[in-house]
Amino acid sequence: MNMSNRIKLAAILGVVLLAGCGERPPITTVQLGFRGTGMEQNYNPRLQEKVAAANQVGAVQPAADPSGPLAKDIYQNVEVLSDLSVGEFVRVMTSMTEWVAPAEQKDCTYCHNIEDMADGSKYTYKVARRMLQMTRDINSNWKSHVQETGVTCHTCHRGQPVPSYVWFQDPGSGRENAFVGTRAGQNSAVTGLGITTIGHSSLPYDPYTPFLLGSLPIRVEGETALPTGNRSSIQQAEWTYSLMVHMSNSLGVNCTYCHNTRAWASWEESRPQRATAWYGIRMARQVNNDYMVPLTDVFPAKRLGPTGDVAKVNCQTCHQGVYKPYYGASMAKDYPELQRARPLPEAAVEALPADPADPAAGASAPAEAPAAVAAPVAEAPVRGPAPEGQARSG
Amino acid sequence: MAEYQNLFTRVQVEAPHYAGVPHSPKGIWSRGVKASASYWLGKVGDAQIGPFYLGTTGVLSILFFILAFEIIGLNMLASVNWNPLQFVRQLFWLALEPPAPEYGLRLPPLAHGGWWLMAGMFLTASVILWWIRTYSLARKLKLGTHTAWAFASAIWLFLVLGFIRPVMMGSWSEAVPFGIFAHLDWTAAFSLRYGNLLYNPFHALSIVFLYGSVLLFAMHAGTIMAVSRFGGEREVEQALDRGTASERAALFWRWTMGFNATMESIHRWAWWFAVLCTLTGGIGILLTGTAVDNWYLWAVKHGVAPAYPPTFPAVTDPALLSGGAP
Repeated sequence: MNMSNRIKLAAILGVVLLAGCGERPPITTVQLGFRGTGMEQNYNPRLQEKVAAANQVGAVQPAADPSGPLAKDIYQNVEVLSDLSVGEFVRVMTSMTEWVAPAEQKDCTYCHNIEDMADGSKYTYKVARRMLQMTRDINSNWKSHVQETGVTCHTCHRGQPVPSYVWFQDPGSGRENAFVGTRAGQNSAVTGLGITTIGHSSLPYDPYTPFLLGSLPIRVEGETALPTGNRSSIQQAEWTYSLMVHMSNSLGVNCTYCHNTRAWASWEESRPQRATAWYGIRMARQVNNDYMVPLTDVFPAKRLGPTGDVAKVNCQTCHQGVYKPYYGASMAKDYPELQRARPLPEAAVEALPADPADPAAGASAPAEAPAAVAAPVAEAPVRGPAPEGQARSG
Repeated sequence: MAEYQNLFTRVQVEAPHYAGVPHSPKGIWSRGVKASASYWLGKVGDAQIGPFYLGTTGVLSILFFILAFEIIGLNMLASVNWNPLQFVRQLFWLALEPPAPEYGLRLPPLAHGGWWLMAGMFLTASVILWWIRTYSLARKLKLGTHTAWAFASAIWLFLVLGFIRPVMMGSWSEAVPFGIFAHLDWTAAFSLRYGNLLYNPFHALSIVFLYGSVLLFAMHAGTIMAVSRFGGEREVEQALDRGTASERAALFWRWTMGFNATMESIHRWAWWFAVLCTLTGGIGILLTGTAVDNWYLWAVKHGVAPAYPPTFPAVTDPALLSGGAP
């Protein structure tokens, strides 16, 4: 074999080897931090086209007149959107049909009894009412995360009754108490739910239960050069790592989108996005505990997970692979109806019953802690042997 | 003269099988007498296979290794509900985990780390018995014990990771799981927990010796094969009686970098680089968590880690601002 043939053979072999890598070059790199620190974002422009196509804002109904009679005075059983005019109210209802009702039932009947629109017996009606409260809560009280961009039903639902990305508690491998072959909540290519594990790694595959439902400490890294009592374990670090990989996957970003990877814990070296993400974790936690978990009994069994738990949110539920949902485009700005509840005109306030019954029990009361958090399952992460007081909260 | 510019050895010496030097057999398993030859093994090494000599330590070592291997493998197989297809498919993900932190150094239930502890114990016994065998075989053959001590350096790192450091930290959970991806995840988590292992100077030394070993190996093997056309593979003779092969090799490196090792010293270089790789690595692991809790902060404290100009607005820990409220 002469030299040029050898070079050709090597080139062919090289191409064959690279073909197995899945993503061909070129990859776009964007510098985010000081040169030499490796703070860069890598994008595959060919994959981005697909992601971009899947993350366009939904249809926006023409704006409605906020003046005019209030919906609650015209319709019966209007409790959440009581501050909206009839026009606004109908606009929200129409939009919700578009955003949430399934393709085969894109009309009012997905939630309403068409004989009596005020009849709240369908589970979808009850859930929708609570979700409206949640949307307003997020838009008005979680500006630390959603800022002025805000959210609408479409942010998560995207035209489907169940958002594409929700999570259920993992039923485990069924061997949690077996004599051999326990997995400690990790070490498998697929989870008990049959989905691919976090970043194809062996890491714990359910970081949501401890961190987005429970509030176990996320921070594990030593805070001082020399040991001063931080007893976080390496196993705990794996759970944190798993959560972080979930966030990275959900936002379609590298670790360096938030962190300077030479000093993960250091806020001084982190990008401001890390603080936004910090609030996001708390927001997801509150959404799960205050809104989703109390609805568990409202949902029919077919909507529940294998352990009978309700569908819950994580970062991917809204972000869907993008650093900001819809790349930062705001649908909520076109929906003042979904912002903070407006103060009612004085006359209307007087007309309200003194103590409106709240059908969504537990709206303001602290949500009952889900069993899995109150009594961690055997495979949930556990703290080191040190006294509880030494562990720092995340 | 045989040519050596080939992937495979092109010289196969055919001779009567060599039975080895006489020694006084001890133990219940003595040395075999049978030997055979394999043409294909001769392509990559010596064609002669055997006679075998495991001895007591060798047999026990293999026995303990099989026990450890079976415990790990059967736990992995059980974790996919004894499904052989899933076992193959998920093999890289499967693992046998050490106990959870709450068990400290106590004996955990079998399913929650007990199997791991037992597998580790058998594996350690196997490795140490194999070390004894390496040492005693060298003595029996009147060799130096260089191989045994190089092996001991690797065992040092193994024991630091799985035994010494966990004991010093007071928890078996600090140890490494048995599993392919699992031990890699452990490595990443170890660095995350202890503030970036790349700032650990012993880790840095270990990497130097690791990459250095590879470099030396390539330089040495390349040199010897390049001068084999002049008889350069007869390194031992050439250490004392330099022929043209040795002179040319030396000249090549002096032209390249102004300095050359000798036919003898290159092997000392290689041995020390290999030994120091795991020796310094073990020290680096042992100091982590016991003496240093965050290597990055340690490096800042000692002026090792550089500071960079800010490129984005200062960020404050939100936990300090609002205590978790939105």
